[in-house]
Amino acid sequence: MRCRRCKADAIIDLRRHNAAFCRDCFVHHCHEQVRRAIHDYEMIEPGARVLVAVSGGKDSLALWHILRELGYEADGLYLGLGIGTYSDESGDFARAFAQRFDLTLHEIDLPADLGFDIPEGARTVRRSPCGVCGLSKRHLFNQAASTHGYDIVATGHNLDDEAAVLFGNTLRWDDEYLARQFPVLPATDGFVRKVKPLVRVGEREMAAYCVVLGIDYILEECPMAVGNRHLAYKELLNSLEERSPGAKAAFLFNFLDRAHERFADAAVVDKDDLLRCTICGSPTPGEVCAFCRLQARACAAPDSVPVTLRGAAS
Amino acid sequence: MFVVLRNPKREIELSGPKNVEALLARLEIVPESVIVIRNDELVTRDARLVDSDRVEIRPVTSGGA
Ligand code: SF4
Ligand SMILES: [Zn+2]
Ligand SMILES: [Zn+2]
Repeated sequence: MRCRRCKADAIIDLRRHNAAFCRDCFVHHCHEQVRRAIHDYEMIEPGARVLVAVSGGKDSLALWHILRELGYEADGLYLGLGIGTYSDESGDFARAFAQRFDLTLHEIDLPADLGFDIPEGARTVRRSPCGVCGLSKRHLFNQAASTHGYDIVATGHNLDDEAAVLFGNTLRWDDEYLARQFPVLPATDGFVRKVKPLVRVGEREMAAYCVVLGIDYILEECPMAVGNRHLAYKELLNSLEERSPGAKAAFLFNFLDRAHERFADAAVVDKDDLLRCTICGSPTPGEVCAFCRLQARACAAPDSVPVTLRGAAS
Repeated sequence: MFVVLRNPKREIELSGPKNVEALLARLEIVPESVIVIRNDELVTRDARLVDSDRVEIRPVTSGGA
């Protein structure tokens, strides 16, 4: 195959675009897709300070790289989840990347800094690891951005992620979630703006981007993801895509362009009615926010009580 | 040819498939879910393969929300 732009030998074919690209034109293509997403959804204005949620995986590292290439001021935050060797290794990839490109990487370690890890926290509160993980990430990234003066949190959710989430939300006709699914969530009192600049690129493109630029990322999958619904939806969508290239993008973008606004009424929480969490100060409908409640319960788990306390009584 | 698969990582030896598309079909892998690296270079579906090649088939699908 030949590159669509310059006719050199292609290194990747993108059937969704009915195109193949050589190395340089492919890198250009990725930058253009991200530039267009940022422009179309008014994600980042010039001069804004962006905090990238970095996991050590292909998407977040590619995102960080692309934002810098496009000239944005973007630092990273790595959140250690305490998921065994997976977390140790993903942290190493994030640190190596930051060092190689001379970038600022902040770090929070869930076990060391907050007293619980994802697997144990999930067991204690009887929720799925991904549910506990998602809640922790949303809270901690927002809090870190607010405290360190960042205007925007950027995450590496790509076209495949968003299409899979939309598929799940649509299967259940979950109108609240459908109302909230959008590549940019505006800032409100106590919450910084959240953006997904990779919404126009697929995960194949992001893996390829890392390979051609020599960006090392964690290849191992998070052990908590095995067998989850999200992966099953992606598999379904990929077999559909195989038969009709462009199906995933059409599904997602027709929703965003034409259907999303019809769910606007279903967005429940009235942001004006929010109080301040008495522990951390985050906006919350109750007295204590969901994350602080999670942390309190997870840290009160019997096996996290220090042994010295038990011995002290005798 | 020497084929590297991942999750879990394993290596197999194969002969026959004349190009990437045929190799993926033989292994029943959906092309949309992987990238293919031949001797350290990314290659397209129609790239020719010979039995002396080393080919990595790398999944790109990640889970989690
Ligand atoms: S798979 Fe689940 S537990 Fe693992 S990082 Fe993703 S959301 Fe967190
Ligand atoms: Zn080209
Ligand atoms: Zn709180």
